[in-house]
Amino acid sequence: MATETTTATEAAHGAAEAAGHAAEAAGHGGHYVGMPQLNFDWFSNQIFWLVVTLVTIYFVLSRVALPRIAAVLAERQGTITNDLSAAEELKLQAVKAEEAYNQALADARAEAGRIVAEAKADIQADLNVAIAKADAEIAAKSAESEKAISEIRASAIDSIKEVAKDTAKEIVAALGGKADARAITAAVTARLKG
Amino acid sequence: MSTEAAAPSGLQIHPMDQFVVKPLFGGETINFYTPTNVTLWMALTVLCVIGLLVLGTRGRAIVPNRVQSIAELAYGFVHKMVEDVAGKDGLKYFPYIMTLFIFIVFANFLGLLPMAFTTTSHIAVTATMALAVFFFVTILGIVKNGVGFLSLFWISAAPLVLRPILALIEIISYFVRPVSHSIRLAGNMMAGHAVIKVFAGFAGVLGVGAIAPVAAITAVYALEVLVSFIQAYVFAILTCVYLKDALHPHH
Repeated sequence: MATETTTATEAAHGAAEAAGHAAEAAGHGGHYVGMPQLNFDWFSNQIFWLVVTLVTIYFVLSRVALPRIAAVLAERQGTITNDLSAAEELKLQAVKAEEAYNQALADARAEAGRIVAEAKADIQADLNVAIAKADAEIAAKSAESEKAISEIRASAIDSIKEVAKDTAKEIVAALGGKADARAITAAVTARLKG
Repeated sequence: MSTEAAAPSGLQIHPMDQFVVKPLFGGETINFYTPTNVTLWMALTVLCVIGLLVLGTRGRAIVPNRVQSIAELAYGFVHKMVEDVAGKDGLKYFPYIMTLFIFIVFANFLGLLPMAFTTTSHIAVTATMALAVFFFVTILGIVKNGVGFLSLFWISAAPLVLRPILALIEIISYFVRPVSHSIRLAGNMMAGHAVIKVFAGFAGVLGVGAIAPVAAITAVYALEVLVSFIQAYVFAILTCVYLKDALHPHH
């Protein structure tokens, strides 16, 4: 800054001395012919005010505007970074929560499977008991029935023997023979066995 | 250079009258301290700068409003330019370049207002800035690098026989820098405004039927809006390039 200002001021002074006095060259209400840019009478004025302007702008910028904008930009950058890291954290938390949820789900599934298996086993045990009981009952019933059937069969065989003896006696009598009761019984018995 | 009224003719167009420096409060003599239209328009430039960069950022909002956005945009634009062109160590000089850039931008755009006086159309103004930049970067380069600054002119990448010739060319181009730097800006601003004024003169002569000159003024005006910004940008970026040469003279 120092060098820049010194240089510019020196230039301003130089131009001021050079131009200084012949300032009224500009037209008196008339029109300008040639290039106003090359009217050296005006140089000192322009350079002086330019230096004043630039120095003013420089101080406004370097003292107020630029630090403020830099601070705002830095603050925004910080906010964005913080928000991003917060978002990252939240994302991690969400992932963890999802994992926990999945874990809980898996646990619940396993628990449910266990309960189902237990219930099945209980039911199976009950069923087995019931089946065994039913089997026993059935066995008892069938044994009873067997007994009754064998009794019925025995009595039927006796009746058949009786009927067969009587029939054989009748047939023998009808054929004109005299039936010996003992021989007929023996014969019928032999036949029934065969 | 200046003379009295031109000979009267049919077509009275005075495109250069807009560049005449006049005292604000009457009188004829223009001393270096006389408040003139230069003073007025430079003061308006300062007010615009304060309005944008100080009042506009008053809120210091995290979510900026429109004016603050523009201020931040201008800041970021120049800051990035300095960093990209001159490097990290050039950022120390960012306020100076921002001062030049923001002054030229506002002076250029204020000059586009009808009846305005364009301070940057004067070679006195642009040459002062260009010379300030020139001396600043030259002194800075010598202070920072000592004799090593001269390696800017000694292109070690070139064959040895060519180096003296290239050094001569480099030295000439180095000293031509402030000339091109200042005339580019002043010439652009002056030419555009003079052209607009010439077309405006045609429009004045043609009266109501002046469709073509008005269309031309519109087109040139649009171009001038572009040029106003581009020339400020060019001035600033060239300053950055010169600064880079001063900070890192080795090619």
